[in-house]
Amino acid sequence: MADEKLNSNPKEKEPSERISIWFFIGAVLFVYGIIIFIASLPGVSGSEGAQHVALAGLHAGIWWGALLVVLGAVYVVIFRPGKEKN
Amino acid sequence: MTAVTIPLLIPLLATSIVSLGWADMLIIVIYFLLVLAIGWYLMHYTKTGEDFFLAGRKMTMWIAGLAFISANLGSLELMGWAASAYQYGILATHWYWIGAIPAMLFLGIIMMPFYYISKTHSVPGYLKLRYGESSRMLAAISFAFMTVLMSGVNMFAMALVMKVVIGWDINVSIWISSITVMVYVVLGGLLSAIFNEVLQFMLIWFGALLVPIIGLVEVGGWSGMVAKIHQNFPHGDYTHLWSTLGSFKDNPMGIQWIGIVFGLGFVISFGYWTTDFLVVQRVLSAKDLRSAKMAPIIGSAFKMMVPFIVILPGLLGLAVMPGLVGQNQAAVTGAQSYNEILPLMMARYLGPGLLGLGVTALIAGFMSGMAGNVTAFSTVWTYDIYKPIHLAVSKRERPDAHYVRIGRWATFVGVIISIGTAYLVQDAASIMDYVQALFSFFIAPLFGTVILGMLWKRATAAGGFWGLLAGTVSSVGMWVWVRIDPSALAIIAGSPDAKAMAEDMYRGLWSWIICVVVTVIVSYATQPKPESELVGLVRGCTELPSEGHLPLTKRPIFWAGLVLAAFIVLQIIFW
Repeated sequence: MADEKLNSNPKEKEPSERISIWFFIGAVLFVYGIIIFIASLPGVSGSEGAQHVALAGLHAGIWWGALLVVLGAVYVVIFRPGKEKN
Repeated sequence: MTAVTIPLLIPLLATSIVSLGWADMLIIVIYFLLVLAIGWYLMHYTKTGEDFFLAGRKMTMWIAGLAFISANLGSLELMGWAASAYQYGILATHWYWIGAIPAMLFLGIIMMPFYYISKTHSVPGYLKLRYGESSRMLAAISFAFMTVLMSGVNMFAMALVMKVVIGWDINVSIWISSITVMVYVVLGGLLSAIFNEVLQFMLIWFGALLVPIIGLVEVGGWSGMVAKIHQNFPHGDYTHLWSTLGSFKDNPMGIQWIGIVFGLGFVISFGYWTTDFLVVQRVLSAKDLRSAKMAPIIGSAFKMMVPFIVILPGLLGLAVMPGLVGQNQAAVTGAQSYNEILPLMMARYLGPGLLGLGVTALIAGFMSGMAGNVTAFSTVWTYDIYKPIHLAVSKRERPDAHYVRIGRWATFVGVIISIGTAYLVQDAASIMDYVQALFSFFIAPLFGTVILGMLWKRATAAGGFWGLLAGTVSSVGMWVWVRIDPSALAIIAGSPDAKAMAEDMYRGLWSWIICVVVTVIVSYATQPKPESELVGLVRGCTELPSEGHLPLTKRPIFWAGLVLAAFIVLQIIFW
């Protein structure tokens, strides 16, 4: 439980501007995109990986991972701390 | 609203449906770390009661709207309705469209001004302002009890799903997931819950969206899917929304259009979306009245699209995976159950990494639903149960920080009770059915009480209380009656062929009518409040801020009209 005094201290320093939730979302999509992209690469070379799934030839992991990376990067840039608030 | 047909008794299969690789596990671990980090980070921004219980009332319309929809989009909701789509076809979409959209628009345009202008912190809090302490206490105790119980039931069902889908131990699922939710809600309150709900909403979409996309590619688009379903099931109609609802016997759901339109589309839907504090709390966090009105409208637009990631996988399952059976038959024969159609479809289409994102979507759905329950419980307990009792006993007001501390403790205790309920259910699975039904007892009459309070200034304190009590008691009575004498179903639901869902619809409709009738009769027999005391609470006594000066694209009514038009077009397309 948080300290009650912490909440009632009027002299407590105000926290800095809050980071936008869209920044967090962008960051996690970016990281997830990279992971999915890398994990899907063996399926492209045909050595191993996603061959057991239906329509594996579509290489969904590659383009979905790339999409997440791009989308995540855009969100991170637009909503980086100090630029926008939610 | 959780699907009635959620996988309640999933057979404990020896092997899991999917096996996860390093990328999948990494994605899940990152998700857990991120939600905890967000909770820790937002702790520094959660100081006052308004911060903890209402996220400071600073949320934009988009954040409030997405949290509003995300709190409802639990994983059992996802899996349950995908299974219902496999079982009943496109009829399951009614729970997303007529069972949600009109009510959400009504909340935004008609009801939200009164919730927001009254500055209430909860739905029971509104009842206190409008009717008095007795109605508030009745609503608060019922809500707190049922919310924490529902949370536990969903927790156990989710743990069971995790065991079946990825082979996780039930205890691990229960404790890790619930402690994670508890930590980030205790730290950051509603602010943390809302931030995570928006994140979870995005992950649900990005995790589940590929299944219908690849599925449609496999079957050759919508027309190809319909053709395959007709080929696999030549004697059933699974792809029409309204044309089979003329009679109880014409559709696999055993329901008729009157039950769908008035029971689901009116009473159950309006009751849930406009008075269930779990969802309304998210909208109350909006930064101003226009944002509060827009949030449910934005939520409704996204709600209208959810069938794409929930219902469509179920329909695609009918096309590409015929032969799945109900849970009872699956338990006997060892065949796969349609209750697991969503993870089965994920396993069919999603490769390394993508599968981890899909499973993360299910976990995220569970957490957003649980955080919704826990934050709503914490607020109602603190402000609507603890505070009035404490004031009555001690006769002295406490500082704001005291209630924040109580709220944090209530979160902790609420999660512990939920975990206890989860283990209780493990030993007596039939409790799940009862809790599902119990929750529905309260929603329909509460809607009657709230809507009369907002729109009819003659409604009195006694009328509100006795109407709510009569509606709730009659709902419980009807449920017990049918359990004791099954032939009573024909009286309550209008047909002995009515299935469980139809029974719920009609019971809700009757209990709402009883609530309204009793409220009106008692109100005419008792003294109403003077109009001066109803300012800000009742239509006709409250001057609502004009939106005439706003450009058309900034007016909530404009966007509500667009969503309504899209809703009507969809009904016609899939008629």
